[in-house]
Amino acid sequence: MATAAERKKLFGHAENNYLNCTKGIKSWMFTVDHKRIGVMYLIGVTTALFLAGVFALVLRSQLWSYDNTLLTDKMYNQMFTLHGAVMVFAFIIPSIPAALGNFVLPMMLGAKDVAFPRLNLASFYLWIFGTGFLLFAILSGKGLDTGWTFYTPYSIRTDTGVIYATFGAFILGFSSIFTGLNFLVTVNTMRAPGQGWFKMPLFLWGLYSTSIIQVLATPVLGITLLLLIAEKTMHIGIFDPKYGGDPVLFQHFFWFYSHPAVYIMILPGMGVISELIAVYSQKKVFGYSFIAFSSVAIALLGFLVWGHHMFTSGQSVVVTLIFSAITFTVAIPSAVKVFNWLATMYKGSIALTTPMCYALSFIFLFGIGGLTGLFLGALSTDIHLHDTYFVVAHFHFVMVGGTLTALLGGVFHWWPKMFGRMYNDMLGRVSCLLVFLGFNLTFFPQFVMGARGMPRRYASYDPEFQIFHQWSTIGAFVLGVGILLGFGVLVYAAFKGPKISGNPFGAASLEWQSSSPPDFHNFIHKPILCDPYDFGALVYDEELDTYIHREFMEPSEQPEMEPEPQVH
Amino acid sequence: MAVVEPEHGAHDDHHDHGDFIAHHFDNAEQQFDSGKLGIWLFLVTEVLFFSGLFVAYTLYRVLHPEIFDQAHVFLDKYLGFLNTLVLLFSSLTMAVAVRYAQLGKNGHVVWYVLGTMVCASAFLGVKAIEYTHKWDQGILVRSAFDYHAGHHEAPAGTLAHTLGVSEYLIYLSVIPLLVIIGFAVYAGIAKLTDKPNASFFSVCMAIAVGGYFVGAMAGHFYMEVTDGGFGGRSEAAAEMMAYENETHSDHEPTNKPVDHHDESAVDQQTAESKVAPYQGPQPDEFDQDIGIFFSIYYCMTGLHAIHIIAGIAFLAWILWRSILGHWRSDYFGPVDYVGLYWHLVDLIWIYLFPLLYLID
Repeated sequence: MATAAERKKLFGHAENNYLNCTKGIKSWMFTVDHKRIGVMYLIGVTTALFLAGVFALVLRSQLWSYDNTLLTDKMYNQMFTLHGAVMVFAFIIPSIPAALGNFVLPMMLGAKDVAFPRLNLASFYLWIFGTGFLLFAILSGKGLDTGWTFYTPYSIRTDTGVIYATFGAFILGFSSIFTGLNFLVTVNTMRAPGQGWFKMPLFLWGLYSTSIIQVLATPVLGITLLLLIAEKTMHIGIFDPKYGGDPVLFQHFFWFYSHPAVYIMILPGMGVISELIAVYSQKKVFGYSFIAFSSVAIALLGFLVWGHHMFTSGQSVVVTLIFSAITFTVAIPSAVKVFNWLATMYKGSIALTTPMCYALSFIFLFGIGGLTGLFLGALSTDIHLHDTYFVVAHFHFVMVGGTLTALLGGVFHWWPKMFGRMYNDMLGRVSCLLVFLGFNLTFFPQFVMGARGMPRRYASYDPEFQIFHQWSTIGAFVLGVGILLGFGVLVYAAFKGPKISGNPFGAASLEWQSSSPPDFHNFIHKPILCDPYDFGALVYDEELDTYIHREFMEPSEQPEMEPEPQVH
Repeated sequence: MAVVEPEHGAHDDHHDHGDFIAHHFDNAEQQFDSGKLGIWLFLVTEVLFFSGLFVAYTLYRVLHPEIFDQAHVFLDKYLGFLNTLVLLFSSLTMAVAVRYAQLGKNGHVVWYVLGTMVCASAFLGVKAIEYTHKWDQGILVRSAFDYHAGHHEAPAGTLAHTLGVSEYLIYLSVIPLLVIIGFAVYAGIAKLTDKPNASFFSVCMAIAVGGYFVGAMAGHFYMEVTDGGFGGRSEAAAEMMAYENETHSDHEPTNKPVDHHDESAVDQQTAESKVAPYQGPQPDEFDQDIGIFFSIYYCMTGLHAIHIIAGIAFLAWILWRSILGHWRSDYFGPVDYVGLYWHLVDLIWIYLFPLLYLID
């Protein structure tokens, strides 16, 4: 129980909060507060997104006509490489875990911080250095033209900045490991007293599964990139066929990391969606343990399917068959999630707010992205579709239609918590519509032209494909406008939006039992542990315009409990 | 139900907390458990980091067993064994140090951590002898592999010539020498400016890094006594030729003990024993692919050596905190964590030694 004045202090809009408790640039640079690190990560990954997004628009402009000369062939190669490398290593992998996860994870556990706050800060600085090295490949004037996969033997032969870029990816790998390790330990040891594994929000299951992959797969990428650097500088003959090495071994090593890394990219997004669907349907999530374990299942199966990137690289037929079969099994836990989300919405009280709109477009786009993956996992169709725009469209549906959409939805969901101010919901929904339409216009034609044989990574192409490319280019700019609009809505809200109280959306997980923005210590009181999807435990507080756990209200203020329906 | 605690309760970071309990942990036990889980997860990443190299090793050994068969004779298994003993002993001293930290006996921790660091440096010293010996003979990575047998005296007039060691060894030894001088000088300054802890720490560090020279001298002495080490240049050449004879001619392999020191003598002896003249590649023209073995060797042992160096840095931190007397029976986590790391580095060597040195 708490008086109205106490409630205002605990759950109202906080003028004194983690953002202004200390001042000055140093108080941010040397902070170990997970919330500030999360915000800094958010700024960082947004910068990377804009940079790589501009690269993408340049690429799409080049492809406007089949004989366009905007870019030379060499520049085109460098542009798509940088687009891929920056997007994958500097943006998508850290986006949801390191930015949103950092902010939300300790609060969902009722903790003051992650287990290793200094390691958390180190992870952020490694991200800065790693991204710096990646970009230095451009600034040094050498560029990078291997594709983000750095396949040997070309990466050994080319005189572009492979060493800078691989070293950058190596450092970014350690940034990722540190975040994952921190989250694993935090979830294991710092849950609130009484918070069992199955009382955690599903976002944490997503992050936990992601962290398992980060910790287990990323070191292999680290040693692979070191060996590549050694090969390039000293010619050690491990990957270079000229010196008796095996270039396909590089592909095995690389995909042993990079396929699980695909799940590093999508699992946190699925976790965000599980939260959004439940909160904005105001209904207990359907099949909690199925969603939870499907995350773990995806993480573990993800380690067993790397060979499906190498169906045409000369693997034995038996190995190829096995990898194909295991690839299909990944569809099962993914589908379990989608059906559970749909069942959660069924008869729920759905509010089509901006985050919910993003969540719905996630389900749609991820559905297409996931199902087209089966075409590529099937051996006979893959021979035809391999290295075409079909592949490009497939992974963009999963990575952009999936992860980026989930990131935007999650940012809109937690933004009022981060900055204590509300955004313009209508403009937010418009941004979601632009993103959805622009995205589909960009990538759906790519399925068609891919199936008709348009190869990926070409700067010019047969005239028959021009109409598809032009749709795609128009779509890319619409998508860009949509993201920029969303960005503008959020930034405006952070500074000028109306002030808002602790739990405006009626979410039941622990991070909402705080003021907005939260106090430096996250919680001024001990949060009351309840089921993260028990929305019935919340009571609307008119004075604060927010939802508060029933036990904080005076008995007289609590609404009458509705009698249980009698079944005869 | 009192859900709202008094305000000072949450704001006071140090309520009922010990000296070294970070504000975000509830108690010492939670902090210790978090650190322990953290270090174990870190060790998992380390194992996976090395796993790429172990996979590469396995793959090439399966695909090209002959390379490994020919190449391993260049590695001196006795020096490898010596280093194995040194590391095993260092793990023992580390385990004892952890025990004393648990008992809160900081003085004992200092000595046992110092012992561990001396062993670590000695390991690097022996490794430096092994490395420089191979560099002298052109036993390098695949593209640079250019084996030439025989003695390799440093040019007259150089320090290396005077000492009778490899020039490369002099270059390598400059680094630990500078570190020792640095700590010795700082120990003096700290003494004069009345910082006894810093002074003692610097003396300990100088001794710890000094272990490098103990190891290097032991390795050098061994090389002198065995004239280049068993399995070194002439021995390798002889074995190589015996191997080639066995595979390329119908004659019985010559099992005569070979005690000469260069391949010309071996040729002469072969001719004298009326065996058909050797037609295969000369020792100086070994199949260059042997270099792949040494690529893997240098990658594995080099990465391991980097971990040893990192271990010395972690141990230095433990040493400093032991001197400050930080460890208590309810707070000894960092010693435990660094100890676990050190045992893992040791364990990796326990795998590297047989895989690289004890083929055959």
